[in-house]
Amino acid sequence: MTATDTPTVNAALALGDDALILSHRLGEWAGHAPELEEEVALANIALDLLGQARFLLSMAGDEDEMAFLREERSFRNLQLVEQPNGDFAHTIARQLYFSLYQHELHTDLAAGDGPFAGLAAKAVKETAYHRDHAVQWTLRLGDGTEESRRRMRAALDALWKFTGEMFQPVEGLDGIDWAVLEGRWLTALTGVLEQAGLAVPEGPRTGAWAAGAGRQGLHTEPFGRMLAEMQHLHRSHPGASW
Amino acid sequence: MVAVTPESGQDSGLGADLGAQLAAAFDAAVAADERVEPRDWMPEEYRASLVRQMAQHAHSEIIGMQPEANWITRAPSLRRKAILMAKVQDEAGHGLYLYSAAETLGTSRDELLDKLHSGRQKYSSIFNYPTLTWADVGAIGWLVDGAAITNQVPLCRCSYGPYARAMVRICKEESFHQRQGFELLLALSKGTPEQHAMAQDAVDRWWWPSLMMFGPPDDESAHSAQSMAWRIKRHSNDELRQRFVDIAVPQAETLGLTLPDPDLKWNEERGHYDFGPIDWAEFWDVLKGNGPCNEQRLSQRRRAHEEGAWVREAAAAYARKHAAAPAAAARNEEARV
Repeated sequence: MTATDTPTVNAALALGDDALILSHRLGEWAGHAPELEEEVALANIALDLLGQARFLLSMAGDEDEMAFLREERSFRNLQLVEQPNGDFAHTIARQLYFSLYQHELHTDLAAGDGPFAGLAAKAVKETAYHRDHAVQWTLRLGDGTEESRRRMRAALDALWKFTGEMFQPVEGLDGIDWAVLEGRWLTALTGVLEQAGLAVPEGPRTGAWAAGAGRQGLHTEPFGRMLAEMQHLHRSHPGASW
Repeated sequence: MVAVTPESGQDSGLGADLGAQLAAAFDAAVAADERVEPRDWMPEEYRASLVRQMAQHAHSEIIGMQPEANWITRAPSLRRKAILMAKVQDEAGHGLYLYSAAETLGTSRDELLDKLHSGRQKYSSIFNYPTLTWADVGAIGWLVDGAAITNQVPLCRCSYGPYARAMVRICKEESFHQRQGFELLLALSKGTPEQHAMAQDAVDRWWWPSLMMFGPPDDESAHSAQSMAWRIKRHSNDELRQRFVDIAVPQAETLGLTLPDPDLKWNEERGHYDFGPIDWAEFWDVLKGNGPCNEQRLSQRRRAHEEGAWVREAAAAYARKHAAAPAAAARNEEARV
């Protein structure tokens, strides 16, 4: 069962998978962060996202069936969030792009009266922190040392081509003006990067595939291995409770 | 406590009389269960002993993240994944409290981390065992955190104030960790035959190393007697070990799991459970570096630190640049006045 029957379920899976997959990637940092404070911060963000994911996936069915028993092609997350952690700059660039987007999206959803308004109203407080965390690190890496600046620039460039997908309309999220959302995102991003002394990357914001690939279940190669690790234990014991 | 500031109390130029008076006052205050605070006078050996113990404790928290983080990406349900991530995060937080508490004795976190990375300071040997299955996450919570709590609850009354206060918070969180481990094992024990076997195997592997966590027998413990006199430590290793066994046996029965010790039985006369001999050769061997994961744990820690160096340098460089501007402005302001 993929349960994409209704627009609301479709949107719940899109937003839920974004949160689930990014949470998983951030969880991979545990025990590897550059300092102890970052162990706490990254886990905190991962836990917020996991909480959002559990709420959203439950709108589509049993949360564990949704997370552990769907195949790769049934996941609706953005390709951006499945990208491997890379160095700390890559993780921060991914956080910056995504948290600025998620914060704007939650702000709009919270202002509406759709099925996601309640979740968004709560999540917007969390994503404000995620955004602040990413912004503060972007300033430090951009305006820190030569090396940090070089790494941050490389990370922003490498992930740039995954940012276009965020603004493809998601069926089931009514009342979102995606072009306006994109404009606000770009303005906010430009402001942060200017303050950090970093240029906004140039080049296309989508890959050769049509924008919106992730939302249609087309993912990048690292995603399959990530899912294999995430799902293996659950799948090894069919029907067991944990 | 003796209200003597470091400036007046710790100089080597003290008269012999004053030094002796301070030492006597310190001993009397500690014996009366008063708390020692950072600015109080204290014997150098007391300070060194505390730094050694707190550093080892802090190191154990951060190395202890590794065996459990090993299962975050494979947790079999989202609920378990959330609990495990929160637990590993708590351990990082405990590391922070403890390094901060050690800083009150004039030792920086960098200095202590450097000693950990170069092998000059230890962490608890229990983390040199591998987490081979999901049930190990439960066994660590139930047995390892259970043993840690037995050790740590008395530290909430330790004579050094900052350490005692950090321990109050840590023990509250540890007791949650222990319950989640117990509950995880209970779900497995009552689950499918494969899950039950997984739980039993984990308990079989973690039981003896958990008993070793209390340290060598009292007559072989290097620091025990002095630590007890200073009220850093309140019970002997063997006393605490017995307390843990007495608590764990009925819990194992509730879990429907057996403990791997044929000699384990209630002794009516002593009012305690008797248990079999501990393999101290294994303990000393792991302590010396020959455990299954010593190399792996330390090299992952070093690697995380080294790979994070450029990030910490960037943050420091940014802080310097942005602190310099307001400071310069303030100096100009002063110059005008």
